[in-house]
Amino acid sequence: MKAKVYVTLKPSVLDPQGKAIKHSVELLGYEGIADIRQGKYFEVALDGSLSEAKAREQAEALARDVLSNPIIEDFRVEIEK
Amino acid sequence: MKFGVIVFPGSNCDHDAYHVISKHVGQPVDFIWHRDTELRGYDAVIIPGGFSYGDYLRAGALARFSPVMNSVKEFAAKGNLVLGICNGFQILCEAGLLPGALIRNRELHFVCAHVNVRVESVNTPFTHELKPGSILRLPIAHAEGNYVCDDQTLAELHREDRIIFRYCDRDGQITDEANSNGSRDNIAGICNRERNVLGLMPHPERACEDLLGSSDGREVFRSLAGTLAAAA
Repeated sequence: MKAKVYVTLKPSVLDPQGKAIKHSVELLGYEGIADIRQGKYFEVALDGSLSEAKAREQAEALARDVLSNPIIEDFRVEIEK
Repeated sequence: MKFGVIVFPGSNCDHDAYHVISKHVGQPVDFIWHRDTELRGYDAVIIPGGFSYGDYLRAGALARFSPVMNSVKEFAAKGNLVLGICNGFQILCEAGLLPGALIRNRELHFVCAHVNVRVESVNTPFTHELKPGSILRLPIAHAEGNYVCDDQTLAELHREDRIIFRYCDRDGQITDEANSNGSRDNIAGICNRERNVLGLMPHPERACEDLLGSSDGREVFRSLAGTLAAAA
């Protein structure tokens, strides 16, 4: 079982890296790109002995306490069997 | 009075801080390895600059889980003095000892330069010997020094006189141009509500000798030592 954790900057926090990427992408001629925001992605391999509910609980605690900083970031967890 | 300088894997301004305390403040100082947890006997602890844990995950994010940090929290809760410089400021924010966070500089670059910072409050154990509104010339060297916080926190920092240093121009004006990393309200340093924990991005410990371009940082350490001497 695997937990996929997506960490993104809160909408209210400026993302200078995303802005720089968008600028480069525009220079390359891509059209219709309104915005690019950069985030982080983690794959957490879980011991198969955990129930899906327990695995989610654990992954969410990990995302909240370690992988993200709640002052500037949001997170989303997906469990893959 | 006795000082401790905490050393994480990747700290690189620990020797600068040690040098300033032993040579300019003239007081005993120890390095404290991040796995040590005993802070008894120390009067002030410095969390130095550098790249603890290689800045992996986020700057300061992994250092906050080092065993010594629980001791630092207890040390601070007892009213002892904690000074976080650069990476030390990032660690204090990640550990929740100071509000807000430090994100990537507005212009993305690592900025290594001498900047001007204005002393906004002398009502701390770290700044009481400075003149209110005086301008210090201090070096900065960071890529993640862009201070952010929500509106409520910002209002609280203002109301409680907890913004201690702000980036300014040479005349002391708070301008956007002088804001070398994009920090909210030009914030360069803040303290906690109890005023015994201070974090700042500029490096006062690297500005204690004229040979190094500025000795303005000495006043911070003089204030700190003055506070401890008065308490002794």
